[in-house]
Amino acid sequence: MTNSIEEIEHTDLILAIGTNTTENHPVIGAKVKKAVRSHGAKLIVIDPRDIALTGYADIWLRQRPGTDVAVLNGLMQIIISEDLYDRDYVAARTEGFAELKKTVARYTPEYVEKISGVKAEDLGRAARMYATAGKAAILYCMGMTQHVSGTDNVKSIANLAMLCGKVGIEGGGVNPLRGQNNVQGACDMGALPDVFTAYQKVAVAEQREKFSRAWGVPLPAKPGLTVVEMMHGATEGTIRGMYIMGENPMLSDPDLSHVESALRKLDFLVVQDIFLTETAKLAHVVLPSACFAEKEGTFTNTERRVQRVRKAVSAPGEARADWEIITGLANRFGYPMQYAGPAQIMEEINSLTPSYGGITCSRIEKEGIQWPCPSPDHPGTKFLHGDKFTRGLGLFHAIDYREPAELPDDEYPLLLTTGRVLYHYHTGTMTRLAKGTSERCPESLVEINPQDADRIGIESGKMVVVSSRRGRVTAKAAVTSRSPEGVVFMNFHFREAAVNLLTNPALDPIAKIPEYKVCAVRVEAA
Amino acid sequence: MEEPMIGSIPTMQEIPFFAHQKLRVLRNRGIIDPGKIEEYIARDGYLGLAKALTEMTPAEIIKEVTASGLRGRGGAGFPTGLKWQFCSQSKGDVKYVLCNADEGDPGAFMDRSVLEADPHAVLEGMVIAARAIGAHYGYIYCRAEYPLAIHQLNIAIAQARECGLLGKDILGTGFDFDLEIYQGAGAFVCGEETALMTSIEGKRGMPRPRPPFPAVAGLWGKPSVLNNVETFASVAQIVLKGAAWYASVGTEKSKGTKVFALTGDVNNVGLVEVPMGTTLRTIVYEIGGGIPGGKKFKAAQLGGPSGGCIPAEHLDASVDYEKVAELGAIMGSGGLIVMNEDKCIVDIARFFIDFCQDESCGKCTPCREGTKRMLQILTGITEGKGREGDIELLQEMAVIIKNSSLCGLGQTAPNPILSTIRYFRDEYEAHIREGRCPAGVCTALKRYTVDAEKCTGCGVCAKVCPTKAAKGEKKQPHEIDQATCIKCGVCMEKCKFEAIFVN
Amino acid sequence: MEEKIRITIDGREVTANPEQTILEAARENGIFIPTLCQYADTTNVGACRVCVVEVEKARTLVASCCMPVSAGMVVRTDTKAVRDAQRMIVELLWASGDHNCLVCEKNGNCELQDLVYWLGIEKPRFPIESPGYEIEKTNSMIVRDLNKCVLCGRCVRACNEIQVNEVLDFSLRGSRAKVGPAFDSDYIASECYFCGECVDACPVGAITFAQARFGGRPWELEKVRTTCTYCGVGCQLDLNINKGKIVKVTGNRDYGPPNQGSLCIKGRFAMDFVQHPDRLQRPLIRKNGELTEATWEEAYDLIARNLSAIKEEHGPDSIAGFASARCTNEENYLFQKFMRAVIGTNNVDHCARL
Repeated sequence: MTNSIEEIEHTDLILAIGTNTTENHPVIGAKVKKAVRSHGAKLIVIDPRDIALTGYADIWLRQRPGTDVAVLNGLMQIIISEDLYDRDYVAARTEGFAELKKTVARYTPEYVEKISGVKAEDLGRAARMYATAGKAAILYCMGMTQHVSGTDNVKSIANLAMLCGKVGIEGGGVNPLRGQNNVQGACDMGALPDVFTAYQKVAVAEQREKFSRAWGVPLPAKPGLTVVEMMHGATEGTIRGMYIMGENPMLSDPDLSHVESALRKLDFLVVQDIFLTETAKLAHVVLPSACFAEKEGTFTNTERRVQRVRKAVSAPGEARADWEIITGLANRFGYPMQYAGPAQIMEEINSLTPSYGGITCSRIEKEGIQWPCPSPDHPGTKFLHGDKFTRGLGLFHAIDYREPAELPDDEYPLLLTTGRVLYHYHTGTMTRLAKGTSERCPESLVEINPQDADRIGIESGKMVVVSSRRGRVTAKAAVTSRSPEGVVFMNFHFREAAVNLLTNPALDPIAKIPEYKVCAVRVEAA
Repeated sequence: MEEPMIGSIPTMQEIPFFAHQKLRVLRNRGIIDPGKIEEYIARDGYLGLAKALTEMTPAEIIKEVTASGLRGRGGAGFPTGLKWQFCSQSKGDVKYVLCNADEGDPGAFMDRSVLEADPHAVLEGMVIAARAIGAHYGYIYCRAEYPLAIHQLNIAIAQARECGLLGKDILGTGFDFDLEIYQGAGAFVCGEETALMTSIEGKRGMPRPRPPFPAVAGLWGKPSVLNNVETFASVAQIVLKGAAWYASVGTEKSKGTKVFALTGDVNNVGLVEVPMGTTLRTIVYEIGGGIPGGKKFKAAQLGGPSGGCIPAEHLDASVDYEKVAELGAIMGSGGLIVMNEDKCIVDIARFFIDFCQDESCGKCTPCREGTKRMLQILTGITEGKGREGDIELLQEMAVIIKNSSLCGLGQTAPNPILSTIRYFRDEYEAHIREGRCPAGVCTALKRYTVDAEKCTGCGVCAKVCPTKAAKGEKKQPHEIDQATCIKCGVCMEKCKFEAIFVN
Repeated sequence: MEEKIRITIDGREVTANPEQTILEAARENGIFIPTLCQYADTTNVGACRVCVVEVEKARTLVASCCMPVSAGMVVRTDTKAVRDAQRMIVELLWASGDHNCLVCEKNGNCELQDLVYWLGIEKPRFPIESPGYEIEKTNSMIVRDLNKCVLCGRCVRACNEIQVNEVLDFSLRGSRAKVGPAFDSDYIASECYFCGECVDACPVGAITFAQARFGGRPWELEKVRTTCTYCGVGCQLDLNINKGKIVKVTGNRDYGPPNQGSLCIKGRFAMDFVQHPDRLQRPLIRKNGELTEATWEEAYDLIARNLSAIKEEHGPDSIAGFASARCTNEENYLFQKFMRAVIGTNNVDHCARL
């Protein structure tokens, strides 16, 4: 997030696009609802599904899945043509406006309506409301990114926010809401194929050498493979060994049949987890790790706040904290890793990571600090891009709408979109063991619009088979107008109805994110 | 009573019921057709509005109303002009004028009568208030149990709009004001101003703490003026005829007239409008025609269920805000219940606290739990389970509940208890100490006793007694066993010798 | 900021901000006024009336939680009238329900109990009459015993104003008033999201954690502050530990950002996995196609041997590593260091995109 969670509550307008935040980040969802109910903030929701937030919204734009760029361009077209954009901001802080203006000019409300199904009039109202609001925060999530056009979507959001001068101010910004406790931290820590900590590039010699000196070994310069590419590599035989720490690609990755065959082809697979997951079952060695309640360390939340994790109970049996396991393994490889504990590891991180330079364990004892925090006397940063963007001027990207990789056709006439529900988390390994959450949501549901359900001849509570070009799953139908006509929604928490058997592994060319939000399926009574 | 002579049918002014009244709020009652705006206009209707809108500034309207001495007729008696002034001084471009027509006191129908018989008077008053404070929208919060009032109001509103007396650009002055009716669901507490506003907001009608006062933050947090029906119905005439005219009747601090719903043990019941300061005796004996059956006046409950009783010794008290409060009652919205000597004062207190505890919204502890416990104690006393110390506990509770409740309901609910203890403590003590209900009302305390002198020993009582409590030897005086007697009274009824009596 | 004003509380002249309430000004100056329905960050409703004080020239006692201070105000928090009222109110509350501390989960952490003790009430002057509601045990997360409810409305405000789930409200009126979801349904049959905010908000034992029942009394629990392991909000929470087990999860409003004490169903009620019997306890090694238990040494050896061999034969880029968005910063740091410095490849990624 460019901005902070607490700013949401006190902003003038919130635009939530591609985020079902009340279910995925309920506490942020509560802040959005509180902003609306208690502080009179306006809310625009752009989402194909009738998510809970639409009930709090002033305007709800119900676009067809995968048409976000068209909608965003449409908003910008209206804002520019009605001269509602922030001329001073655009002139002083951005570049590329002329290109943008030219591209979005084609996205007239009528044209956008044709592509997205969003009524021209509503689009106009939303454009005016956003542009004329004082402070306005855009919230988005996987509904934006898990598309082949994911990068385009995100850039379009940035275009809109910059156009109206709403980045770099308190209560504004472009705010991706992170779905996992430490996905921000994992990225910050360089658990990515092309960067070290704080996005220092492996390909940049100077940065590589800094780490090389610190770690006392030469380091590879060539960026590595992404998760989905690794799976392809395993299938093709270029990847022979794999070490998986705390992930369950056997449920979380797209096109699961392919994932399974890839993992089975490996010469050697190590899985380190707290449970014998679907992935661990395929491993040659399984290492038992401690969970969050059994170890010390830090997580970095979606607003870049680094916070303490503390040991509350002992790990079961001989299970060890992941950091201990890694040091043990490194030592076995003859590379000495000696740390008294996570605090000492953090000291090493502080020394190599400018944005984490001042975030020491003792400083965050009482309250987490938001990076960038370059030095021990720096208070941390509530919102980014206050005076300038990372690259200097904010760059507008002129982007055209592209269709999703796979659209419904005669054979697979419905569009499947996936996501989470409030009561479960990711692949369900943890939440499904809880009595309470399972009581509230015991099984996977296929949410389908009443019109479609009628046509197919299915009703709520009946089992249905959902199939795509890649696989088929069986689950219970929930007939609901939450799903628009032509769209079915499923969550990915249940291995019994593993929705990623159906999803399309087509990737966004830049971010390499699979298109979980759109694929073509067929639904039949089971 | 004199035989009326043929050809000398008395005029209204010769009939005491009418002679002692002074009709201002009720001036059009029964005289005009409430469904015809022309008839209202013919009786100077909307002239006050015209004057206020064309000849007066908002400040002048407020000045006039303040000078008239008009005080809120809903019960609290807050000076209306002052209320308007506070609201007019509140910042904000959106303000509301609200009319409280949620007449909840049992037996009270002053507002209903005005709404049904003269709805335009209320509308006119509201437009003038709106002009005074700068409001452009209003609500009449009327209980749904008043369908005829709502019907008449709807007709009146439509006619007023049609005539350009409501809506945009009233009388071409550029002033806009419109209003709608909001139907209440009959909760007594919704007569409390903040609860009423909460109810209009679509929420559960529960009072809010003040401050902020409605004049600053009322309906939807906007400055609002809330007056009751009778208050609004007085406004137009004040504007039209002037403050001095209005203040020409009444007492020093209570000006004008007040409508009472006279009811109970009195010959003439109904709505009466009298100048402030009229004595209770005049109302009860002259206008009300006295107590039926030659019974004695015991007390009058003034101010509805949360008012207080005024005993015979104060019959000559002037009925005005100050005097009534001094005597431990309240003016309230004008409920006036006359009670004769057959009424048990503890039972009366129990009746009123029962109403209040039932109507408590349940929000604040003293009212919710306190009124319930006071009811419990009073019920105990009427059932002969009273204990030494109950009176003191009731008094302590009453003071604390008055002192610490959130809204007017709780703050006034103990009034009947305090005033009845104040004037009739001996009756309470008779119940508690002697196990006796002096009025003979409390069933559990009745004692059926045989007068041995009169009893012939006929045995009828023993024969009819369902619990065999009455018994005795033939030809010998009988006795009634109090432990088994269920106080059904059949023995007394059947005794031919009046030998059985009850105390 | 507006200028400070002077007021007098219990004979002490203190300064206050004009937008403060009497209660806030008193607290800021270390003057104790008891409260019950007051709950920070929600509307001050003035419902319980426990916080009444005397204000010079006021017609009645004044609820200090909602009365703003004004210049020259003279307040007394400790007069007989105040104490009598507080005592009466607490007696009334005590007598209104089943406040039996022997079997109450909140014993030792109950605000009604604290009030009774502070006011020194031996027993109420009114007969104790519990309303006789059935205890709601229809879900495994939250137990509601409305016989212990003091109708302070904190749960209602927590639900509507903090979590804005808009599930709870009052129903009925007077002494029959109740809190709960619409149509008097139980939680599980309602739209309730089980965020548990109402449980944290309840000052008495009316709304409690089902799983914590008999799991440890307040003074036996150790609260360990940590960061939630679920979504990216990073909620700060307290794991309540008794005898090495997590008994319940509570929010703590003093922790401030990012969640100000609020949690969701997952952070609150989905920690069962920590103590689940299926947790892996020992390393497993595949022998004859079966995963069998092994020592750490055996496991490390096998990994070192096999990955070294692959590296030798196919180069370091034939090995890939999945770091984890579930693990700590320190662990992710070490993991990528391991892949880059020890294995010698940049093939390290995690499921950020999924």
